[in-house]
Amino acid sequence: MSEDILSRVRKVTVEELSVKEEEVLESSSFQDDLGADSLDVVELVMALEDEFGIEIPDDEVGEIKTVGAAVEYIEKKLPK
Amino acid sequence: MIRELARSGRVVITGLGAVTPLGIGVEKFWQNCLNGVSGVHRISLIDPEPFPTKIAAEVLDFQAEDWMERKDARRVDRAIAMAVAAARLALDDSTIVLTDELKDEFGVFIGSGIGGLNVMHENTRIMYERGPSKVSPFWVPYMIANMPGGIVSILNDLRGPNVAAVTACSTGANSIGDAYHVIKRGDAKMMLAGGVEAPINDIGVAAFCAARAMSTRNDEPQRASRPFDLDRDGFVMGEAAGVMVLEELEHAIARGAKIYAEIVGYGMTADAYHITGVHPEGRGARNAMLRALDRAGVSPHRVDYINAHGTSTPIGDPAETLAIKGAFGDHAHKVAISSTKSMTGHTLGAAGAIESMVCALAIRDQKVPPTINYETPDPACDLDYVPNVMRELPIEYALNNSFGFGGHNVSLLLKRV
Repeated sequence: MSEDILSRVRKVTVEELSVKEEEVLESSSFQDDLGADSLDVVELVMALEDEFGIEIPDDEVGEIKTVGAAVEYIEKKLPK
Repeated sequence: MIRELARSGRVVITGLGAVTPLGIGVEKFWQNCLNGVSGVHRISLIDPEPFPTKIAAEVLDFQAEDWMERKDARRVDRAIAMAVAAARLALDDSTIVLTDELKDEFGVFIGSGIGGLNVMHENTRIMYERGPSKVSPFWVPYMIANMPGGIVSILNDLRGPNVAAVTACSTGANSIGDAYHVIKRGDAKMMLAGGVEAPINDIGVAAFCAARAMSTRNDEPQRASRPFDLDRDGFVMGEAAGVMVLEELEHAIARGAKIYAEIVGYGMTADAYHITGVHPEGRGARNAMLRALDRAGVSPHRVDYINAHGTSTPIGDPAETLAIKGAFGDHAHKVAISSTKSMTGHTLGAAGAIESMVCALAIRDQKVPPTINYETPDPACDLDYVPNVMRELPIEYALNNSFGFGGHNVSLLLKRV
């Protein structure tokens, strides 16, 4: 797992969900652990799109339930 | 829910929350009103250079972060944050202790003339610049005009009636009047009631400039809002939130609450005349005043103070003057009238709320705030507008007028308790 991507996902998460950085673990679920509701998740996904310059289609948002899952998804999406 | 049989249906004001261009907090706001301070400056929230009007009355020291959790504060519309702040201040001022039982009997009527215009404007820009997929998921909840009241109910767990009036510049007065009716008929024991507006952004300023309604006295901001003065040239846009705590009289007495004033009359009419223009003889405005007096069973000559709508427009101020003459007859020349918009600017949906607060405070302190910038009398406006200097006066009854685009007219009558 890319440490660079992880740290950028954590930074975006801290900013969007107003949580403390130490709360944002690889295993953290955005909704169950970090207090996000469904609209927060939509906004978080939009912020990740901006951060990484990618498009995340609505039907793939379901894959991004945890910080770690977001990192894996983004790794897949980024040009090699 | 079991209701007591011995309800008088009387409703009193027991808390005030003001977020205004004259200060945050009711006492600061009120002292500045009495001292004749203008809250009008060159616009700072946006670059005013492209607009014919470059001045407004802003709440300069307002930060959403001071009133809400950071996650919400950074994204809610400024109108929502201001309403949350005003509601918090009003609740604190009332010293009410919220029990679980009371929360079911505590409602919220907070309206806005426009709603979340900042969120609406910003996301419209984003949609055209970056595409529809970049529009915020919070556009809908933060734009709709009922959300200030919705969020106030959520944050304070207030579970009684919750409605938002949308009647342009009479919104705040309608909210208070409607909340008064809710308590009067026994649908709640307490209500937070008022209005909010945060219209100072590019589209808000451009749109009111396009309507040719605003003053362009850009080189003298503090002298621009001059209701009833001969040289007035339009209103000055303002932002504010005003929220008050209304309470069933018996409930207030039982808990030893401080009481500012009682609401005794609420008159509503429509001009049925023009979308933005007022009826030239002030027909609807006159009838709203008469209705408020009639519902209270109070003769016109007993009113000591009128807080006028008085927006400083060339047509509106003479029409209101005629309306007051129509409703009050000879007493029109004796009653003290002032427009605090000379200091606060016109805060649109919040105006009726903060001006009802002025009436309540005038009754409490037996002092009438002035109409500032009154220098040259206009023959078409020939009443006593309490020019420039605050006046001490015995006040038993005070009347607030609020009129809105669409022809909405509201008068609220307050009484000393």
